[in-house]
Amino acid sequence: MPDANVSSDAAFLEKAELNQLIRILRESGYRVVGPKIEQNAIVYAELESANDLPIGWSDAQEPGIYRLRRNDTESYFAYNVGPHSWKQFLFPPRITVATADRTEDGWQMDVPEDNVRMFAFLGVRACELKAIAIQDRVFMGGAYVDPIYQKRREAALIIAVNCTQAAKTCFCTSMNSGPRCLDGYDLALTEFFNGFEVEVGSAAGAAVLKKLAHRPATLDESSTAAKERSRAIDQISKHMSTEGIRDLLLKNLEHPRWDQVAERCLSCANCTMVCPTCFCSTVSEVADLQGDHVERLRTWDSCFNLDFSYIAGGIVRNDRRSRYRQWLTHKLASWQDQFDSSGCVGCGRCIAWCPVGIDLTEEVAAIRNEPSENRTLPVIQPSDSRVCGISRVPVAPSTDPPPIQPNDPRLDRSERNPS
Amino acid sequence: MSSVDSSVTRDPWRSHSVGVRHVIAEAPGIATYELTFNNQNVASTYRFLPGQFNMLYVPGIGESAISISSDPHSPQTLRHTIRAVGGVTQAIAKGGIGMSLGLRGPFGSHWPIDRCLPTNDGQRDIIIVAGGIGLAPLRSVIYSLCRQRDRLGKVVVMLGAKWPEDLLYRNEYSSWKERGIEVQTTVDRATDDWHRNVGVVTALLNRWRVDRPKQTIVMSCGPEVMMRYVVQSALQHHVPASNIWVALERHMNCAVGLCGHCQLGPAFLCKDGPVLPYPRVVDWLKVQAL
Repeated sequence: MPDANVSSDAAFLEKAELNQLIRILRESGYRVVGPKIEQNAIVYAELESANDLPIGWSDAQEPGIYRLRRNDTESYFAYNVGPHSWKQFLFPPRITVATADRTEDGWQMDVPEDNVRMFAFLGVRACELKAIAIQDRVFMGGAYVDPIYQKRREAALIIAVNCTQAAKTCFCTSMNSGPRCLDGYDLALTEFFNGFEVEVGSAAGAAVLKKLAHRPATLDESSTAAKERSRAIDQISKHMSTEGIRDLLLKNLEHPRWDQVAERCLSCANCTMVCPTCFCSTVSEVADLQGDHVERLRTWDSCFNLDFSYIAGGIVRNDRRSRYRQWLTHKLASWQDQFDSSGCVGCGRCIAWCPVGIDLTEEVAAIRNEPSENRTLPVIQPSDSRVCGISRVPVAPSTDPPPIQPNDPRLDRSERNPS
Repeated sequence: MSSVDSSVTRDPWRSHSVGVRHVIAEAPGIATYELTFNNQNVASTYRFLPGQFNMLYVPGIGESAISISSDPHSPQTLRHTIRAVGGVTQAIAKGGIGMSLGLRGPFGSHWPIDRCLPTNDGQRDIIIVAGGIGLAPLRSVIYSLCRQRDRLGKVVVMLGAKWPEDLLYRNEYSSWKERGIEVQTTVDRATDDWHRNVGVVTALLNRWRVDRPKQTIVMSCGPEVMMRYVVQSALQHHVPASNIWVALERHMNCAVGLCGHCQLGPAFLCKDGPVLPYPRVVDWLKVQAL
């Protein structure tokens, strides 16, 4: 019989210690960011004390719907993810990446000093840990590293919170990204009625915990925490089958469902703004009145914006069909080629914050239920200007061989489409 | 794969200050700009490979991705051939000699010069097919091939343009020919003084005799529809698909694969491309509006 007073690996923290945690982090120089109610939503903003947290608030989410709801508890973290994600701190929506100054010797270009305070994130959910890990690969995993992201990321302290409830839009279990926080955190909390079970994920986390009044969690407390966590799993009702999803989508680039979703999609870019992994950006020139000092301002961009695919000669993705298709196939399919993981963590933000309630899991299911392998384009005729959607002056010989198919015998075996 | 030095990978947003030293008019609306670095240290360490590009920056207006069209062997003479079509390129055209610019680079993949070397099944035959300003990124590789001409088999450059006056680098063809490179030209519309081919450049390739398809390498740059027919023709000549290389264009903004603009299927054309072997793009080029 295990003794209920024998400790597990985890620690126990009184609820009142949460305020102390925020205070200690602030005193250590961190800018503590966590959940806060603003404009009728739980957003992530700087916290001064635990009183800033959404105490006693939950949310109700459905496709196209997000509402705050009172609950009858003193809970700090009884909500699901809202419109914000941590990417706005690691990958700022607006930041100057370079400057130029006119001098007598011509333009002098520079990269501004990046004086950012260290972030401590409080309340990072499992799907968000995964999203951060995915953006780590995007911004720091290749030959080119984004210095702005890297500086913020390497200094950030992450205090995760295990979900003890799920929204109707949540599907992290399908994406293998939650609801349990498994790694990528410094400390992970599980909230229950009288305190927190605390798991330590790093030396930095252990050092923070050391400064707080804590004791080993009893087995009873740990089993209560486990029960709280399992409620989140039980509440998850949305699923998306990911089996072979890359090939499924890339083989159905001409599926009629893209036309259908285009009739609903407003191309508003909300889904890409709330997505915790979407990373597209653009740079614009901001000059002073005399034009002698120029800042290169990087802002978030979206594949739903019309000029996103502009090249000399035209816009490549000139309709909502091609833009929605780009977003979804990038997120769920070609992301795997690029970064060896899915670009989706199942947080459901794009579903809740879509003004018309488009649910990507339904779009994928529709294609999966009725796959219509790629229609291949017919041989291009000299009068046909449709190549990659850009109108070019067509020049073509009159006798054309048939177009090359992925499995064309003219290709060497190794060059054929493996599927 | 590329010659990118670590200062570019560590600090991708830092532009170097450069000045326009010479401007060479090439064709209506197109000129070649020779740039020099203001900083001697940067100038002495700058290297590039044929097919790579730089981001040229006009403060207050923006950046544009421009292929390097000069000889990789002489990186001190850094040339870009530019058509004035957008805000940045028009500003450069207007600025002319003495203009001050920013430059980041070099970025991107390069033409397969290493695959042009002889192997135990003999020397390589090279076919270069360019349409219009697509010759600019190919001129760098033509210079490289000229330097190793004795190690190559048959080398042919096929050039197409709308009008005879649109053919780039016309005064260089004779020196390429002296090096043993065959140069064929064709135009869409002839003028009275034009006595050579009329028609699409792919017709030249259709007519070309490919004796050793397995040892032949095709490099092409031009409008996508042109490259599509170049590929079809090359495959009909039994050139293996993996020996066919194309340079593609999409909107390039950050040039380092971080901004998402230049995606074509799974490829970021700024860092995986712009030069890619045909098998890597075959599935994507045939999808409209991808």
